[in-house]
Amino acid sequence: MLTYISIFVTAIFVNNIVLSQFLGICPFLGVSKRIDSALGMGAAVTFVMTLSTIVTYLLQTHLLVPLGLSYMQTIVFILVIAALVQLLEIIIKKIAPALYQALGVFLPLITTNCTILGVALIVIQKNMTLLESTVYAISTALGFTLALVIFAGMREQMSLSRIPKAMQGTPIALIAAGLLAMAFMGFSGIKIG
Amino acid sequence: MNKTKILLNGLIKENPTFVLLLGMCPTLGTTTSAMGGLGMGLSTLFVLICSNVVISMVKGIIPDKVRIPAFIVIIATFVTILQLCMQAYLPDLYATLGLFIPLIVVNCILLGRAEAFAAKHPPAESFFDGLGIGLGFTVALTLLGSVREFLGTGHIFGFAIYPEEYGSLIFILAPGAFIALGFLIAIIHTINKTR
Repeated sequence: MLTYISIFVTAIFVNNIVLSQFLGICPFLGVSKRIDSALGMGAAVTFVMTLSTIVTYLLQTHLLVPLGLSYMQTIVFILVIAALVQLLEIIIKKIAPALYQALGVFLPLITTNCTILGVALIVIQKNMTLLESTVYAISTALGFTLALVIFAGMREQMSLSRIPKAMQGTPIALIAAGLLAMAFMGFSGIKIG
Repeated sequence: MNKTKILLNGLIKENPTFVLLLGMCPTLGTTTSAMGGLGMGLSTLFVLICSNVVISMVKGIIPDKVRIPAFIVIIATFVTILQLCMQAYLPDLYATLGLFIPLIVVNCILLGRAEAFAAKHPPAESFFDGLGIGLGFTVALTLLGSVREFLGTGHIFGFAIYPEEYGSLIFILAPGAFIALGFLIAIIHTINKTR
């Protein structure tokens, strides 16, 4: 049990996927102008990341490794993720139109979100078990959502303040992200178990 | 179109990092040192040139509806080739860049150039577009890597400029990446405007 709690806390705070591992910077900068869209993106990522990690993990252990095809990892994973996102989009549209209204716009963007492929590869690299991988995927996605929502809150405030001309737009957003990353560095050193 | 113009377009006018703001993850993640930035830039350059040329050669054969998955497979193929070659011949660099090599597949620069340029132009021009954009990316990453390495440890490419004790470690760590890139983009935008 302690292992899972440790994975959970580490993935959200200590090794936050965006602020300390630099994955998923594009949606972090792109979809963080408003808090509600940040929440929507976070929910979509959580959903897809958990599913895709389980699927790619099973594929890796039951198909690629026994057949000696692990060098095909990158190609297989990205295709599976792309197909999964398409499939999810169709299914959600059919059975849960309300959910589709909320998440629909974010789903196509997710294929090129490097956190999804990144997490799928990290769990293989770290030799995690299926349950550990699932916990890791969920907590990483929650960490992503947390970073995105905090950052969106900062940017909503920032849009009201006066910023030097050269720094407007992306530069000031990046510096704010740097300060946020600095705050998250305060969590480093936390160890459980 | 003029080949030098295509090349310069990628290097300066449409610089993927400073102007288009694409491929931010490897930009921030691999630039703890100038060498890391250069390695990542050259790896992306290789994949970009190969995928651009191949995509522009097969663009007539691929049906329009499945073109994105087809492009992704082509890109992923070259990434796998690069991954295997690096593991064999440059294990040190491969260890430093780590996860970011397979993640070249989801770098928006590659799919973006495939869609915006290679799918509409002949192979020779696509080659130069890949070279230009790839070099622009390499220059940007090396520049950011040098700045971070210089401010963080007092070295550039491993050569000591000032004693390491005076460096501020924060530039090697995660926050420094965001802050250094923010200031670099601001500087480059200002230069572009005054010109």
